[in-house]
Amino acid sequence: MRPRPRAPAVIAALLSIPALLAVSGAVALEQGDRRSGIAFASPQTQAMQADDTANPGMLWVMDGAQLWRRPDGAAGKACQECHGDAAQSMKGVAPRYPDFDAGLGRPVDLSGRINLCRVRHQRAAPLAHEGSEMLALTAFVAFQSRGLPMAPAADARLAPFRAEGRRLFEQRMGQLDLSCANCHDDHWSARLGGSPVTQAQPNAYPLYRLEWQALGSLQRRMRNCMAGVRAEPFAYDAADYIDLELYLAARAAGLPMETPGVRP
Amino acid sequence: MARTLIHAPKAARAGEIIEIRAMIAHPMETGQRMGVNGTMIPRAIINRFVCTYGGEVVFSADLHPAVSANPFLSFCVVATQSGVLAFAWTEDTGEVHVATTDITVT
Amino acid sequence: MVEIPALRRRDVLAGAVAHLVVLALPLRAMARPDLQAAVRLFTGGADLREGRVHLDIAPLVENGNAVPLTVDVDSAMRPEDHVRRIGIFNEKNPLADVAIFQFYPKSGRARVSTRIRLATSQQVVAVAEMSDGTYWGVARGVVVTLAACIEGL
Repeated sequence: MRPRPRAPAVIAALLSIPALLAVSGAVALEQGDRRSGIAFASPQTQAMQADDTANPGMLWVMDGAQLWRRPDGAAGKACQECHGDAAQSMKGVAPRYPDFDAGLGRPVDLSGRINLCRVRHQRAAPLAHEGSEMLALTAFVAFQSRGLPMAPAADARLAPFRAEGRRLFEQRMGQLDLSCANCHDDHWSARLGGSPVTQAQPNAYPLYRLEWQALGSLQRRMRNCMAGVRAEPFAYDAADYIDLELYLAARAAGLPMETPGVRP
Repeated sequence: MARTLIHAPKAARAGEIIEIRAMIAHPMETGQRMGVNGTMIPRAIINRFVCTYGGEVVFSADLHPAVSANPFLSFCVVATQSGVLAFAWTEDTGEVHVATTDITVT
Repeated sequence: MVEIPALRRRDVLAGAVAHLVVLALPLRAMARPDLQAAVRLFTGGADLREGRVHLDIAPLVENGNAVPLTVDVDSAMRPEDHVRRIGIFNEKNPLADVAIFQFYPKSGRARVSTRIRLATSQQVVAVAEMSDGTYWGVARGVVVTLAACIEGL
């Protein structure tokens, strides 16, 4: 199976946000074809996501709101003391992640940014990537951008990492010898057994997966996919996940954020 | 204290039937799952839910392991007087989680 | 997915209808001893009649870990005629009980929604206990599929 040709320039020209223009040429899924995972879900799952009083992901968002106000670390500071009202300061932040961190010289995702903030400014220990506190904080921050379009950062320093992400996306792996692109670019409208294949869009994370019976990160979902093709998942917190996430974000440009999403 | 999410109207007319939704963060461990080394993960669920209105029970439930994680319940109550709606979830251990919300009835 | 061959849509519907008929009859005809025993414990062995109970649950669900359902019972909910309890039972989980809901003078309406676990494709039964001591029930067939690419393969 060959990767699809690049998005035609004419589609890129239709985009109004310069940041999107800068990255749209780097993806294989054409803009008009982009579809959130929720479009493939059952009416019951869609209803669960749409209603905040029924969406279990809101339990984590509420928890994150408390953590936002909780002083932590040697500096004794809460997120709120520097960033103020999250509804203002965090609106539009999650859609541009992963973003470049000059100190590290490489991109970080939203949870990586939260941990850098903790270490550098709160002088607190980093939170475990898949721990309930990190999930709650990332869900709370991303929730502030719900409804806004995914708008990946245009920083030129991200380009090589995004290219590496694309290479990983299109690289065959595992005993089934399948790449991400084999399913999610080439056969996203098909079904795998009873389940829709979908486009592997990252616009609803962290999300509540019914299979997990809990909120989980995009990294956890990618690990599930690798297990699905019988590949050894990358190590926890490996840079490869961030590179993949960068490519996925460019590929999702324009899709509205849904955090906290609900998926089967 | 476990996280809870209550949805109930803040105000209602006397005699009106209102809908209440209550959710609590809880894994509802069934006691049927195998953990590492083949040992069973012990059951740990919320087995009882009670909603009181002005101190009077208006809805209650006995829950079994087949109720989903992060249990969600939606039910109805007749608005009669201004007061407190209280929600209590009881764990297998006997521990009780409580949440309350006020309602004004005119 | 693997259990589907035995559960074509026609069979599921036929199964649901068969259960409705069965519900109107003595309970001994029900599929599994556990389900039968759980329902009998709820009814105290009284006859179970078909009707009055509406069970809204999707016939095909994409993950059995959280299956939304709503039970609504035809009742004026007046002191002289009301629903006392609603029981939810399943056919093929390790345990037949799901939940029992109790109603009171201020409940207003005998309707409840929740989310349940279904280990596999099976029948779900809702039974209402009325204030006059009668029991009314309904069964619905649900086909459960599995999510793709799960953990712990």
